[in-house]
Amino acid sequence: MPLKGTPVKRAARAGLLAATYLPSILKGMWITLRHMFRSKVTMQYPEETWKLPDNYRGLPALVRDDEGRVKCVACFLCEYVCPPKAIHIEAQEIATGVEKGPKVFDINMLRCIMCGYCEEVCPEQAIFLTKEYTAVGVSREEMIYHKDRLLEMGGIRPDPIKKWARLTHDEAGSDRQQGAGHHPVGAGSGVHG
Amino acid sequence: MNEMKSGGVAGSALQDATRYSDDNQPHDQWVMTTRLADYVAWGRKNSLWPMPMGLACCAIELMAMVASRYDVARFGAEALRFSPRQADLMIVAGTVTKKMAPAVKRIYDQMPEPKWVIAMGACASSGGMFRSYSVTQGVDEVIPVDVYIPGCPPRPEALIEGIMKVQQLVEVGARRGRERAITAGAAR
Repeated sequence: MPLKGTPVKRAARAGLLAATYLPSILKGMWITLRHMFRSKVTMQYPEETWKLPDNYRGLPALVRDDEGRVKCVACFLCEYVCPPKAIHIEAQEIATGVEKGPKVFDINMLRCIMCGYCEEVCPEQAIFLTKEYTAVGVSREEMIYHKDRLLEMGGIRPDPIKKWARLTHDEAGSDRQQGAGHHPVGAGSGVHG
Repeated sequence: MNEMKSGGVAGSALQDATRYSDDNQPHDQWVMTTRLADYVAWGRKNSLWPMPMGLACCAIELMAMVASRYDVARFGAEALRFSPRQADLMIVAGTVTKKMAPAVKRIYDQMPEPKWVIAMGACASSGGMFRSYSVTQGVDEVIPVDVYIPGCPPRPEALIEGIMKVQQLVEVGARRGRERAITAGAAR
């Protein structure tokens, strides 16, 4: 069977000087030298960090509203939608008598792929993706974040809807866990609930 | 290291002012004292040679960590060795399928002691989103893992954090034994 195409020929040796390899070495050294005077690209990581965009998706976390209530109502939507099934929720009744709350809310961060579906699906805007992206652990158990830790990571997000304002007015909000003791800003006009 | 103190012995030699150096110690009496285990650990942790077990997209971030922007050479771990016999830190980056698992185990077995393992990313750490009959639910079902890094994939900074965690384990492990080093790392 005839072969198609012709193989290329090896380049002919350029001469005695090239045979010493010195021109090639100097050429390489020249490139190295040139790079010494270029701007430095290395980010000195632990000291210097990258500026994250606002919509960066890091590890998920739970948030409280501006009165310190856990916003999550344990509707299980995030657990349902989570592609790697990283979220585990157990619900409990809370004292307001209207909604549920999470008794157990675990996220296995080793499963989590930071897709943001939980944030997207949450009807109460109770779970958000933080900008935390450098967490490491030495055991599987350590990387399952429990409710307290998730709430600590999430912090407080102001709640413009004031969903439970009427309830707090009537029953003094026995579900409050911290930051209680003052009336909500829109307590009198809490007609949204 | 804290244990490495220059402990020049003050004796009659101190009276010879001509032999003082700038830091006020006699030249012939510069002494560094340390324990051998600490010294070895110091050398080990600052020259980890990773074995890149790149199995999926996490390996791209692994390459980014070695490249100039993140530059893991600053931590002494830039010598990626593709021969397990020359490596002491295996970075399992990517989905470990059941078909690949024996090969990972075999490569791990070929690495000389002491050796450490980083499970990088969701798949290597726990199987991630692949809850499948064909995927191991974490490479720690096959080989012992020292540091887990979440993310899909983790950023290169997270991998640098993982290497710094391994460095801590090496340092503490020299003093307290390996298992207890991992426990202490968990408490940190």
